[in-house]
Amino acid sequence: MEDNIFQLQYALDTFYFLVCGALVMWMAAGFAMLEAGLVRSKNTTEILLKNVALYAVACTMYMICGYSLMYGGGEFTAFLSGIAGDGVAGASVDDRSTYAPSADFFFQVVFVATAMSIVSGAVAERMKLWTFLAFAVVMTGVIYPMEGAWTWGGAAVFGMYTLGDLGFSDFAGSGIVHMAGASAALAGVLLLGARKGKYGPEGQVNAIPGANLPLATLGTFILWMGWFGFNGGSVLATASVESANSVAIVFMNTNAAAAGGLIAALIVARVMFGKADLTMALNGALAGLVAITAEPSTPTALQATLFGGIGGVLVVFSILTLDKLKIDDPVGAISVHGVVGLLGLLLVPVTNGDSSFSGQLIGAATIFIWVFGASLVVWSALKATMGIRIGEEEEYEGADLAECGMEAYPEFTMK
Amino acid sequence: MKLVTAIVKPFKLDDVREALSEIGVQGITVTEVKGFGRQKGHTELYRGAEYVVDFLPKVKIEVAVAESMVDQTIEAITKAANTGKIGDGKVFISPLEQVVRIRTGETGEEAI
Repeated sequence: MEDNIFQLQYALDTFYFLVCGALVMWMAAGFAMLEAGLVRSKNTTEILLKNVALYAVACTMYMICGYSLMYGGGEFTAFLSGIAGDGVAGASVDDRSTYAPSADFFFQVVFVATAMSIVSGAVAERMKLWTFLAFAVVMTGVIYPMEGAWTWGGAAVFGMYTLGDLGFSDFAGSGIVHMAGASAALAGVLLLGARKGKYGPEGQVNAIPGANLPLATLGTFILWMGWFGFNGGSVLATASVESANSVAIVFMNTNAAAAGGLIAALIVARVMFGKADLTMALNGALAGLVAITAEPSTPTALQATLFGGIGGVLVVFSILTLDKLKIDDPVGAISVHGVVGLLGLLLVPVTNGDSSFSGQLIGAATIFIWVFGASLVVWSALKATMGIRIGEEEEYEGADLAECGMEAYPEFTMK
Repeated sequence: MKLVTAIVKPFKLDDVREALSEIGVQGITVTEVKGFGRQKGHTELYRGAEYVVDFLPKVKIEVAVAESMVDQTIEAITKAANTGKIGDGKVFISPLEQVVRIRTGETGEEAI
């Protein structure tokens, strides 16, 4: 009888894990649509190709070495040769897993792709396709798995200190996934420079409107939905009253934070610009989601709404500030995922007594310094060898023609 | 014969078409065009940054009419397209030397 119940629990948790993983996979579509909507039409094909290709690269690299770097504890299992099909075999009753190991891999691998998706938006419209994919290989195979090992993997940072002991907590990855992706993006953008024409000689900021706001809105809705898998799946179980309650709270709070973020950003944009800026509202919803991701299980729904709202306010000011600093980010990825990712980490101790502000700060600093530093080295090496930026004329003609040789909307071209 | 060319706001096209039908105009040609006049475009806002739209979308209407119809045509267009706000457009009148109906070979006012 007890064995039957366990089998049911194993099946249910595994199933839940896989469905959540599939939801997170769908976020790749969300990022692709959001980015395709916020770039100009001449760069659409290229940004779509980057998004779909980075997903494939992330999945393959994480399988080759990323997963074992992150969770292997020094054991290298290329192509997951060490993953058994059964998480129960050999384990004692007390520490047997309630889900299949390959389900765990599947859930983890889609997170890597999310981190990498963040980079593509920030460097859009001017980075070379193959340089970007070369960076994706290193980011998803080494850079992300290393910081993942120090955080979720429980390993000591270069043998010096263990973040978990310092009170660091990041439930679903405000820092580990989102801020990490934004840190890599920031390093890339600093070396890459702004899009041609974005900033004028006297410091004025020129608008480069996105080509397709319906796509950007659809992308945001897809991300919002996928986030239920991102945060909800991070409970790691659902087949008990306790974990089912936790899952339900996480879903509720994730949704509440997105709503709070959108409302806050919409109002701030309306007050500051005099008009209701849709793209800022969309960024606000995503900021709300990023803000709650570090701890969606302990706040009340009201707290989650407020946390999301703080993220929504912060993201608007962050986008404007980055523009003043001439850090050109076409989709606002560095603000949404980086600045608000940090906010998410710092909000954890407000509702979760097991974490500490000092632990969160040290964890955030560790992630940022590692990912930013390592990325800067890799981007610099790529700049010196392959080059990272497409030519000036190619940028004017559009990355679609320069890199892909095809346009997204060929029928609108004058023949 | 005269060629009346009017540049009007796109949303006024239906009104102008109706007004011209009412006075008995037999055919018009419409083109979507862009341009600016004394208002010199307008500014739009994207993510907190203003940008200038130099060329605004307008509709160009071309009507070929007999001398006797010119004043009526101008009046119909100006009445129908008027909103009283900037950017209402203009009407240009130019002489028309010859008109040929391709199907029958008719020429002059017969062909209009």
